[in-house]
Amino acid sequence: MTLKIKKGTSKHSAYDLRNPNSSVSERHTLAVIVDNEAGVLARVIGLFSGRGYNIESLTVAEIDHTGHTSRITIVTTGTPAVIVQIKAQLGRIVPVHEVHDLTVEGPSVERELALFKVSGQGEKRVEALRLADVFRSRVVDSTLETFTFELTGSPQKIDAFADLMRPLGLKELARTGVAALSRG
Amino acid sequence: MTKPMTGAKMVVQALKDQGVEVVFGYPGGAVLPIYDEIFQQDDIRHVLVRHEQAAVHAAEGYARSTGKVGVALVTSGPGATNAVTGLTDALMDSIPIIVLSGQVPTFMIGNDAFQEADTVGITRPCTKHNWLVKETDALSGVIHEAFHVAASGRPGPVLIDIPKDVQFASGRYTQREKARLSRYQPQVKGDAETIAALAQAMATAKKPVIYSGGGVINSGNQASQLLRELVAETDFPITSTLMGLGAYPASGKNWLGMLGMHGLYEANLATHGCDLLINIGARFDDRITGRVDDFSPHSLKAHIDIDASSINKIVHVDLPILGDVANVLEDLLRIWRDQGSVTNREAVAKWWRQIEEWRAVECLKFSPSGKVIKPQHALSRLEALTKDHDRYITTEVGQHQMWAAQYIGFEAPNRWMTSGGLGTMGYGHPASIGVQMAHPDALVINVAGEASWLMNMQELGTAVQYRLPVKQFILNNERLGMVRQWQELLHGERYSHSWSEALPDFVKLAEAFGAKGIQCKDPDDLDDAIREMIEHPGPVIFDCLVEKHENCFPMIPSGEPHNKMLLANAETQGQITAPGAVLV
Ligand SMILES: Cc1ncc(C[n+]2csc(CCOP(=O)(O)OP(=O)(O)O)c2C)c(N)n1
Ligand SMILES: [Mg+2]
Repeated sequence: MTLKIKKGTSKHSAYDLRNPNSSVSERHTLAVIVDNEAGVLARVIGLFSGRGYNIESLTVAEIDHTGHTSRITIVTTGTPAVIVQIKAQLGRIVPVHEVHDLTVEGPSVERELALFKVSGQGEKRVEALRLADVFRSRVVDSTLETFTFELTGSPQKIDAFADLMRPLGLKELARTGVAALSRG
Repeated sequence: MTKPMTGAKMVVQALKDQGVEVVFGYPGGAVLPIYDEIFQQDDIRHVLVRHEQAAVHAAEGYARSTGKVGVALVTSGPGATNAVTGLTDALMDSIPIIVLSGQVPTFMIGNDAFQEADTVGITRPCTKHNWLVKETDALSGVIHEAFHVAASGRPGPVLIDIPKDVQFASGRYTQREKARLSRYQPQVKGDAETIAALAQAMATAKKPVIYSGGGVINSGNQASQLLRELVAETDFPITSTLMGLGAYPASGKNWLGMLGMHGLYEANLATHGCDLLINIGARFDDRITGRVDDFSPHSLKAHIDIDASSINKIVHVDLPILGDVANVLEDLLRIWRDQGSVTNREAVAKWWRQIEEWRAVECLKFSPSGKVIKPQHALSRLEALTKDHDRYITTEVGQHQMWAAQYIGFEAPNRWMTSGGLGTMGYGHPASIGVQMAHPDALVINVAGEASWLMNMQELGTAVQYRLPVKQFILNNERLGMVRQWQELLHGERYSHSWSEALPDFVKLAEAFGAKGIQCKDPDDLDDAIREMIEHPGPVIFDCLVEKHENCFPMIPSGEPHNKMLLANAETQGQITAPGAVLV
């Protein structure tokens, strides 16, 4: 048998890991299956804040009532080495059962739901409605001055819609954060 | 089904079922029902400490010296917050302990009740896991699971917070065998292919070094045994971290001594110059690596560790092996033997000749003085006069700790208890009490600095009350010596608040507690005084007045690599560069 691994051949050499300038930050979506018990979310969040990792978005809800398990979806950014660390650190938490990196485990779908309250009159109000239609957004509440739109889609789509609504009188925005599943 | 039992009784029952013999604790309102149960039985001994921090350190000393889980019991609020330092210490050094804390009754939680603290919130980041038990029915199951979590995988501290009403109420007791253990089952078996690759790298290595750590000790006696076999069969040099001392015997011929910031010259230069570095149960801590980008720059690196998050955290390794040390070493040795592998004798002999040259520097040599006791001399004499005893050493934190690691030889695992990761002054005295509880007939010595010792001096009362003959060997330099050394080296000799102008008379202090005090300041009296300490059947404070301005060498200045080590005779001024000075 020959030794397959030679020093320095790995692209994640520790020597550039530690150099913050030479490593590129990546965005990863993690799905973490946990026991639905008191404090588990605090453990996960405490891990990220205590070790200085980023959270772009985090969602959590029970997914199996009888099995008492919840799914936490975390969107995070970091260098490849940091992402590996985050996953290993999550795996150490006692009530964590599984850690999936949806970004590397094959294709996945990501969806987010957002509510937009837009207030305006005349031409702007009409324009807002028209754009909402283009985005397949639904009106879930309306008054004489405001519309509340509901939009589901990728985070990018929601960003794009928010950018368009801002000049048209976007007053309030609520986003759920990302829910994600691997395809197939 | 078993008959109902109160929560308080369950606590005692579950501890008994787990084989617990000693609990270190301090009572208060929120744990009175548990204390009432302790009163009514004789199987578990309770040691009343004088401060909850000490209860936790004593449990750590007990755990580290026996390989069992240590147990501490504290009340709610201040009892629990006082335990935080000990929990953090145990987390950093992977020591399996359980802290049971009382809590205000469930119906008062959240009301800022008297002695209420959010104990699980406060201790979440400093435990491996913790639980707030809100139902008596769940209590015994949680305790059994807590033992499993504390002791398996990478060991660590856990805490169980028990509200007072849960202690009073009755519920069903879950037998140890029936307890539903969490799905927490760390992987112990290493990847066979990577282990085989390591065996192959070992056969071709020209300049190998084994770097072992506390994980070998945690993995158990068998791990130390296998490590010794591995060294004997390969003839590889071996160094170790502070936490790993004793896994390989200090008298062994392949022993290089400790590595790292205050490690030995030969150990650090071998680590720097090696072509194969085998990390067994250590974690590339910054005290070991020095400047990371220049750490062991020419080596192929293998890392055996039970904790996936330790692998590739600081130093990238070429051969990561996730698993339990004993398990992996067994596989490694089997593959090595089955393949009839042999070390590259010629190259390794040449490597040893190089190492002998480094050894010849005699980096620990010091010139004893006829007038004043040098701390190195005191420890050399302590070593000489106690090494044939059944001996356990604990330490406080500072220069004395590093000198103890350098000048005392450890022949077996679990004989050396020191606060490595957290560096907790005040650890050693209560730890010595925990060790002595586990080993009543052994000679237990806490090598201390006068400043550290004062941080948990109240425990002398515990030692006297329980007739624990612990020896407090204080290297009294009247300085926060390690702080003073750093101020000398990198803050222009401005000794800002690094000494105490009002030290107690330690002999009188010992006597005030009902212990024996011995003071020694003349090198000529030292041996007799140490003998007197050893022979005294009770606790002793040994006030050893030593040279006040001695520095601890060798030293790798912060921010420097291993080959930039300072030796005792070095010109030390200005050695630490501005970027190095920001590091601790
Ligand atoms: C609880 C705590 N506070 C502060 C420190 C920082 N510190 C490290 S060593 C040291 C001085 C220790 O003095 P002493 O116990 O007399 O030991 P010496 O270095 O003199 O041998 C201090 C203050 C620490 N490690 N722990
Ligand atoms: Mg001192």
